[in-house]
Amino acid sequence: MGDDEMKPAPFEYFAARSAAEAAEALAAANGDGKIIAGGQSLMPMINVRLVKPTILIDINRIAGLDRIEKHGERLGIGATVRHRMTATDALVHRHIPILHDAMHHVAHLTVRNRGTFCGSVCHADPAAEMPMMTLLLNGMVTALSIRGERRIAASEFFVGSLMTALEQDEFVTSIEIDTLPPETGWGFEEFSRRHGDFALASVATTLRIIDGVARDVRFGMMGVGETPLRLPDIETLIEGQTISETLLQDVTEALKELLHPNTDIHASADYRRHLAGALARRALRDAWARATLRKDGANA
Amino acid sequence: MPEKKITLSVSVNGVVHTATVEPRMLLSDFLRHELGLTGTHVGCEHGVCGACTVLLDGRSARSCLTLAVQADGVEIETVEGQGSIDRLGRIQEAFRQHHALQCGFCTPGFIMAITDMLRHHPLESDDQIREALSGNICRCTGYEHIVNAVRELAKERGPLT
Ligand SMILES: Cc1cc2nc3c(=O)[nH]c(=O)nc-3n(C[C@H](O)[C@H](O)[C@H](O)COP(=O)(O)OP(=O)(O)OC[C@H]3O[C@@H](n4cnc5c(N)ncnc54)[C@H](O)[C@@H]3O)c2cc1C
Ligand code: FES
Ligand code: FES
Repeated sequence: MGDDEMKPAPFEYFAARSAAEAAEALAAANGDGKIIAGGQSLMPMINVRLVKPTILIDINRIAGLDRIEKHGERLGIGATVRHRMTATDALVHRHIPILHDAMHHVAHLTVRNRGTFCGSVCHADPAAEMPMMTLLLNGMVTALSIRGERRIAASEFFVGSLMTALEQDEFVTSIEIDTLPPETGWGFEEFSRRHGDFALASVATTLRIIDGVARDVRFGMMGVGETPLRLPDIETLIEGQTISETLLQDVTEALKELLHPNTDIHASADYRRHLAGALARRALRDAWARATLRKDGANA
Repeated sequence: MPEKKITLSVSVNGVVHTATVEPRMLLSDFLRHELGLTGTHVGCEHGVCGACTVLLDGRSARSCLTLAVQADGVEIETVEGQGSIDRLGRIQEAFRQHHALQCGFCTPGFIMAITDMLRHHPLESDDQIREALSGNICRCTGYEHIVNAVRELAKERGPLT
């Protein structure tokens, strides 16, 4: 094929055999290198020449990064763990059922075969499920460079749409997230135009019922801001309460005040705010119902 | 910019090919232009339509989102491996019987995605079939006949063991 017939602009390619090799190549590229994992977000941008790296550093052939492992109360997800694996992994299903549910909203069969959890978090699309789940589950990102290893909390990691706290010579080797106590109830609600498309808005929430009221409430959203969101104001509103129609109405009102979504070709800001309330009500009802069931199950 | 070319070796439908290519060459272009295997179609070339679907080591992948150099050492299956006009493969035959294609542009991608589905996915209900097909776009058929073809193939296969 002739030079001008190829979609991407020219680049060099390096298939790293170890994490250290990848870190060295990234440092040598001096800001013009790009890591490629699943390629499911990067390649579209390269094909339309939105991104023009001088070198692509492929981490797919590094051994040992393709694992999901339990460390105490946390689960570690390696840099080449594919969406298919996260969606079907037994540890995820058992200890973080909300993540298992969320994964079924991610893309399609063929994309899930290649795309990676860590790649999605690094891409930091504000409407992507895995960044939001990482935030909800108090994620800790492990970044490597030739300067050494650094751990970055999810709450510091997402700095804007498609922007993260990673330095240009750093890449992610794994991400650690919370497992949930077994009596935790959860609700995951998402609205998208077609199954597997990016969400217009989504709510993820978890809670436990202790002495008849909601405790350990977590409330996250995506698609309604520049980054995925944790909403501490909503969490405080629910903490110590029972989920009643009055409370759900209060949550809906509070969300209207809190959220400032964008209008884009997919939906208007008003519509997204309306969706947020509707999805929040459903997700909280689900979480409450599941927490009730799981608590009764544990007592029986 | 004349960047370093890279030599790779792949097996396509059981035949080994060795070639030297620029790193930026997409696998879809490699199959079509370097190997002359034009059965793999390209529609959008940014991951949305599924026309370019092939199997890499037995799992479906979009060849427009894969670099040829990434496929070094990989076993690739393309629609050419499914059958020929005289001897249609089983999925191709089901498509013919159920009128699951009109213009045929999307068909190679569907057939390769369905190959993956039949090997690995339960496909116990129409919902599961539709979900599994959702990454492939067809502008002609309205999908109904494609779902019918897959339903028959799934029934014939039986439950996954
Ligand atoms: C048709 C289609 C539908 C999709 N639908 C959805 C959806 O519904 N929900 C959703 O969440 N996603 C969706 N995606 C995106 C998909 O989930 C991607 O797999 C994901 O966003 C990126 O993961 P990746 O491994 O493919 O990363 P890549 O594309 O390889 O990389 C993405 C970016 O992250 C960087 N990067 C990757 N890995 C690392 C690392 N370890 N360290 C540092 N930087 C890294 C790359 O340099 C690049 O900038 C869809 C994609 C397609 C093509
Ligand atoms: S050509 Fe590859 S997905 Fe459209
Ligand atoms: S048959 Fe024409 S696009 Fe599917």
